[in-house]
Amino acid sequence: MSIEIRHIKKNFGDFKALDDVSLDIDSGELIALLGPSGCGKTTLLRIIAGLETADQGTIAFSGEDATHVHVRERRVGFVFQHYALFRHMTVFENVAFGLRVKPRGTRPDDAQIALKVHALLNLVQLDWLADRYPAQLSGGQRQRIALARALAVEPKVLLLDEPFGALDAKVRKELRRWLRRLHDELSVTTIFVTHDQEEALEVSDRVVVMNHGAVEQVGAPQQVWEAPATAFVYGFLGDVNQFKGQVSAGQMRIGSKKQQVFLPSPDYMQSDALPAVAYVRPYDFDVRRYSPDDEGIVAHLERAVVVGPIARMELRAPVEGGLAGAQLIEAQIPASLFHQEAFTEGETLVLAPRRARVFAGAAQAGFARP
Amino acid sequence: MRKVLPGFGITLGFTLTYLSLIVLIPLSALLFKTMSFTWEQFEAAVTSARVVASYRLTFGASLLAALVNVVFGLLVAWVLVRYEFFGKKLIDALVDLPFALPTAVAGISLTALLASNGWVGQIFESWGIQLAFNPTGVVIALIFIGLPFVVRTVQPVLEDTEKELEEAAACLGATRWQTFARVILPAITPALLTGFALAFARAIGEYGSVIFIAGNMPMVSEITPLLIVSKLEQYDVPGATSIAVVMLAISFSLLLLINALQAWQRARSGSPA
Repeated sequence: MSIEIRHIKKNFGDFKALDDVSLDIDSGELIALLGPSGCGKTTLLRIIAGLETADQGTIAFSGEDATHVHVRERRVGFVFQHYALFRHMTVFENVAFGLRVKPRGTRPDDAQIALKVHALLNLVQLDWLADRYPAQLSGGQRQRIALARALAVEPKVLLLDEPFGALDAKVRKELRRWLRRLHDELSVTTIFVTHDQEEALEVSDRVVVMNHGAVEQVGAPQQVWEAPATAFVYGFLGDVNQFKGQVSAGQMRIGSKKQQVFLPSPDYMQSDALPAVAYVRPYDFDVRRYSPDDEGIVAHLERAVVVGPIARMELRAPVEGGLAGAQLIEAQIPASLFHQEAFTEGETLVLAPRRARVFAGAAQAGFARP
Repeated sequence: MRKVLPGFGITLGFTLTYLSLIVLIPLSALLFKTMSFTWEQFEAAVTSARVVASYRLTFGASLLAALVNVVFGLLVAWVLVRYEFFGKKLIDALVDLPFALPTAVAGISLTALLASNGWVGQIFESWGIQLAFNPTGVVIALIFIGLPFVVRTVQPVLEDTEKELEEAAACLGATRWQTFARVILPAITPALLTGFALAFARAIGEYGSVIFIAGNMPMVSEITPLLIVSKLEQYDVPGATSIAVVMLAISFSLLLLINALQAWQRARSGSPA
C-alpha cells in the first residue's frame, strides 16, 4: 500500500515537531526515517500510525484519505522501541492478541489462531518460546515477538520506532539483516525510524533525512551518501570537519591571507565572494610532514590512535594560522602509512584536503557541529 | 558462601525481636488469657448465636465494603492518574482524609448525614430505604474508611503502566473496553488485590466509626469488636479474648489466602519473585 503524506504540521506547545512535511511512499518500499533526536521522525511515524493527530495536513493510504481514521481501523502494525509486550501473557498469547480481539463475526476459531500464531513464530524463528513470558526473553527475542505480534493482524503498513535502539551492537546487526530479509519475503510497506545512519543506509530502499521537523533529503542510500543535498545531511552522515571561508569563481578560500588554502567549488561560479562553509571528511585529507612551501592547512598533531587498519589523528590548527581560531581537526589515514611516516604527537603537519564539499549562503545553515 | 549484601544476621535478628515485642507477645497474651477457659467454656463463648451473628456481620460487611472499594477506588485512582483537571490536587488530598480523621468523627458525621432525619437519609427514607442503624450503615462506614487503601495502592501502579501498552493494543485492533479488560486490568490486578486485602483487614478491625452508625442491635447490627469491648466492660476478660482469638484466626487465614492468590498471580505472569 502506498502512503501519501501532505503538508503535515504538528506543534507541541511552542515546539514545532513537524513543519510542513510532505512525503510519498510507494507500495512495498522499505523506508528509513533518519535524523537526530528531536527532529520529528518519531512524531511523523506516530501520525502515520494514527497514534498522534496532525494539526494540519493529510495522510492518504493508497489514495484514500486516512487523516481521521482511528488507529484501530488503520490496519498498521506498530513496533515500539521498548517492545510494549503484554507482560502477563505468554509469547503465544501476545501474538494471538490481535486475532482474539477481532469482532466476533471475523474472529478466527482457536485452531485457526493456533495455526497462524505458530506460523508467525516460525517466521521470526522463535516458535520454541511460545509458552514463555516476555520477562524470560532477551531483548532481541522480545523485539522479534513484538514484530510477530504486529504482523498477526496482516497490516497494510509496518511501522517500527527505533526497532533496534535498545539492543547491543552485535544483536542489532543481526536483526538489521534479518529485517531486510523479512521485508523482501513479505514485501509489506515498511517505515522505520532510526538515528543510526549506518542502519538506515544498510537496510532501507530509500532514506528520508529529517532535521528540525522538516525533510532535508529523500533518496536511495547511495544517492544520499554520495550527493548530500544540504550541509546538514553531509554532516549527519558521518564525521566531518568544517572550515569557514569565502567562495567565488569556483574557488573556496579558507584560512588567512598569509596561509591560504583553495578548494575547488564548481557549484559557486559567481564573481562576488560569498561566505561559505567547506566540509571535509576525516579520511579525505592527505597528511604530510610540514615544509614551508607546501600548500595546505598547517596543524599540530595532538593525539593519534591506531584502531585496527586506521590511524585516527586529532590535530589543532594554530591560532596565528587564522583558521577560525585554534580549530580541532580530525583526520584518518591508513595505519600502514602512519607507521611508515612515523608521525609523533606534537609534530607539525600539513593537511591537504583531497575532497571537500562547499555550501554557501542558506545551504550552509542548519548544521552546526555539536 | 559469602553474601554480597552484608548484615543479614543482625537485621534478621532485629526484625524478629521487634516483631516479637510489637506483635507476637501481645497476641500470645491473648491466647494466654483465653487459656483460663476450659474448652467447653471457650466453645460456648465463641459459638453463641449472638457472637456468630456478629462474625457474619463483621466479615460479611467488610468483604462487601472492600469489594465496593476495589471498584470505586480503582475509578478514583484512574481519574487521578489519567486526567488533568481543576482541583485535582485537592481531590488527591481528600482521598487521604479517612486515614487521618478520628474514626469516631467519621462515624458521627456519617450518622448525622444518613440518619432518617439527615440530609441524605431523608431522601432515602422517602423511598423506604434506611441507611443508618442497620447493616447497610455498617457497610457504608466501612467503605468510607477503606477507600484510601485501594486508591493509594493502585495509583502508583497505574501511573507506571506504560501508555505504549494501550497504544499497542489499539494498533492491534482492540477496542477501549478490550484494552482495559485484557491489558490494563491484568497489569494492575496484583495492586488491586493488595488494596483489597488492606481495605478488608482495616474494615474487620474497625470500631470507632461503625458503633455510631450501626445502632448495635444484637443479632442484627452488632459487630464483633463491639462484642469484645462490651465483654471487657463486664470484666469477662477470657470471654473477650476467646472471641478475639477466633477473629484473629479468621483474619489471619483470610490474609494468607489473599497472599497466596497474589503469589499465584505473580507466578502466572512469569515475573521473578
